[in-house]
Amino acid sequence: MVTTTAGLGEHPPGGEEPAPFLSATGIVKSFGPVHVLRGVDFAIRPGTVTALVGDNGAGKTTLIKGLAGIQPFDAGRVQFEGREVHIDSPRAAAELGIEVVYQDLALCDNLDIVQNMFLGRELHRGVTLDEAAMEHRAGETLRGLSVRTVSSLRQQVAQLSGGQRQTVAIARAVLWNRKVVILDEPTAALGVAQTEQVLALVRELRSAGLGVVIISHNLQDVFAVADLIYVLYLGTMTACLPAAQTTPGEVVEYITGGRTAAQDA
Amino acid sequence: MANGMASPTEQSGTMATAEEPGYLRSGQQDGLRGGLVRLRSGDMGSLPALIGLVVLVILFALLRPTFLTPLNFANFFTQAALVMILAMGLVFVLLLGEIDLSAGVTSGVAAAILAVLIQKQGVAWPIAVTAALASGIAIGLFIGMMVARIGVPSFVVTLALFLGLQGLVLVIIGEGGNIRITEPVILAIQNRNLPPLLGWVFYAIVVVGYLTAALLGRRQRLVRGFPATPLLTILAKAAVLALLGFGMVWVLNLERSINPAKNPLSGVPIIVPIIALLTIVFWFLLNRTAFGRHIYAVGGNVEAARRAGISISYVRIVCFCICSGTAAFAGLVYASRAASVDPNAGRFVVLSAVAAAVIGGTSLFGGRGRIQDALIGGAVVAVIDNGMGLLGYSAGTKLMITGGVLMLAASADALSRRRRLTGG
Ligand SMILES: Nc1ncnc2c1ncn2[C@@H]1O[C@H](COP(=O)(O)OP(=O)(O)OP(=O)(O)O)[C@@H](O)[C@H]1O
Ligand SMILES: [Mg+2]
Repeated sequence: MVTTTAGLGEHPPGGEEPAPFLSATGIVKSFGPVHVLRGVDFAIRPGTVTALVGDNGAGKTTLIKGLAGIQPFDAGRVQFEGREVHIDSPRAAAELGIEVVYQDLALCDNLDIVQNMFLGRELHRGVTLDEAAMEHRAGETLRGLSVRTVSSLRQQVAQLSGGQRQTVAIARAVLWNRKVVILDEPTAALGVAQTEQVLALVRELRSAGLGVVIISHNLQDVFAVADLIYVLYLGTMTACLPAAQTTPGEVVEYITGGRTAAQDA
Repeated sequence: MANGMASPTEQSGTMATAEEPGYLRSGQQDGLRGGLVRLRSGDMGSLPALIGLVVLVILFALLRPTFLTPLNFANFFTQAALVMILAMGLVFVLLLGEIDLSAGVTSGVAAAILAVLIQKQGVAWPIAVTAALASGIAIGLFIGMMVARIGVPSFVVTLALFLGLQGLVLVIIGEGGNIRITEPVILAIQNRNLPPLLGWVFYAIVVVGYLTAALLGRRQRLVRGFPATPLLTILAKAAVLALLGFGMVWVLNLERSINPAKNPLSGVPIIVPIIALLTIVFWFLLNRTAFGRHIYAVGGNVEAARRAGISISYVRIVCFCICSGTAAFAGLVYASRAASVDPNAGRFVVLSAVAAAVIGGTSLFGGRGRIQDALIGGAVVAVIDNGMGLLGYSAGTKLMITGGVLMLAASADALSRRRRLTGG
């Protein structure tokens, strides 16, 4: 049952990578009779963009939800910075420094950019909100990410384009000094220019030393930013490939199950 | 907590260099320009209600000169108070996208408890008032638990309470009963006026308070090097407030009795500063505290609020408590005005109050609305009621017109939401 795949877990390819922020081993998750994750290993390293690919229903979102504390795993170990952890709530994930930007983004349309970035973690001055301080830090964060596409920090999110919304959601993660940022299909609904903006943002996060995970069906985007590509096939991690040493064709074979780690070995 | 405000002076003046992204220079979207942006995005706010109010006042003034007399002006406030206060509480649940159909009968329960305790049991009024308000908060707690913990739609919970609480009022007061209120303090709420001098003190507090708050807010932004509301805008707004307030207090301080020799009557009705205080407290809660921000977040996108770590149930329960507690307070106002409590207390007023909030610009879909909407919408409802009453229309016609206006406001709300969802 337990699948071992080339280059997974304890033996990162290349060998000289820094110790992972997060490493998950033997993750199992079922919904009733449906075995969605069957002993999956996964790692997120500092300053590295890790792509997680796989066909629809492969279990990518399920894996992420477990790491985000939304749906606990049935079995398996998760270590964060070498410590064994139990991420049983979104708050626990946030405290560790894990931020997930979901496909649906989860922004409040009726609030502005600053209000969304600080939602649930507002700055205070006495009993009142410190709007000026929040606006200042939001502006600094966006500037730090070289964001140039929004015109006003006090714009309602309802008025933003898809790429701008993605930017706000990602900037939220940066604002809170997250170590790990997980992006679930960040470019799925975006045009060419906006996709490029989001990918640039991903590179900014990497150079800031964060561990970035990007889930995507678009291999062009994956190869544009990823350092490492994990492939999930029917709940099993069938490959972990350094982007520089593989090709889209090979990744597609893994995604469609045309090639598996077992055949490799 | 104190991070980000470490060195406020260092940043001032260094923001507006040529290479800076635009968002670092553009200020808050308030004032005229922000208003225009919001209007174009389909967010009409209370503008239609304000225009409607002005049109109605002109119309009624032309049709019936007595409409603009000081006596009728003072009456307007006492008539509008109940709907306005109820609507203010309702704004909190409407902002969540919920509804409280039982707010009116909650007032009835509070009024009945008050009446029985004071008039029948001889309890001192502070204790009776506390008990009445507590009954409201308890009802809110119950609604909140049912909605937030068990997941019953608020429409159903409060519809059930709408029936059940009417029964409770009947039980408390007794079938066919009618309790007269004689306690002077309770009667004062809706029947007494501030001495003219105190009216001016109240006026001064409001104007100076507004100016101070606005200037302090402006300073807080300037200190950080942020563009703030221009001084001129603040002064202009304060001037409008000062002028309107001056006119209001002046008119209300005129002798307005039909028979001045026998019953001299002048001064700002006590209910006016009460409503003002309630408005300020609620405005502060909604606009200046994290809790208020979370109310908007839950109403705007529950999932986003949950992921941001906000406790949805807590927000819901507290909002229902605020709504029902405010409704209980409205019950005191009702008892004061009617000088009696009967088993029908508060039965239908809730629909006028929901109408008031929606007419004022609060969305039934949640996430959009302000406490001022309750006042403006409440004023529209009360002006229709008052003006048509003076013109001799029957209660039936007034109900139909108010219903029509609510339909209009709700349609406008739905249309502007559709525009937001489809158009960028
Ligand atoms: N709450 C749930 N209850 C039952 N089955 C579920 C649940 N969540 C996910 N699944 C199932 O688990 C499998 C994996 O789903 P998951 O959302 O993780 O896939 P994915 O890789 O993210 O796919 P996609 O690329 O389409 O987003 C699917 O077959 C799905 O039907
Ligand atoms: Mg998915």
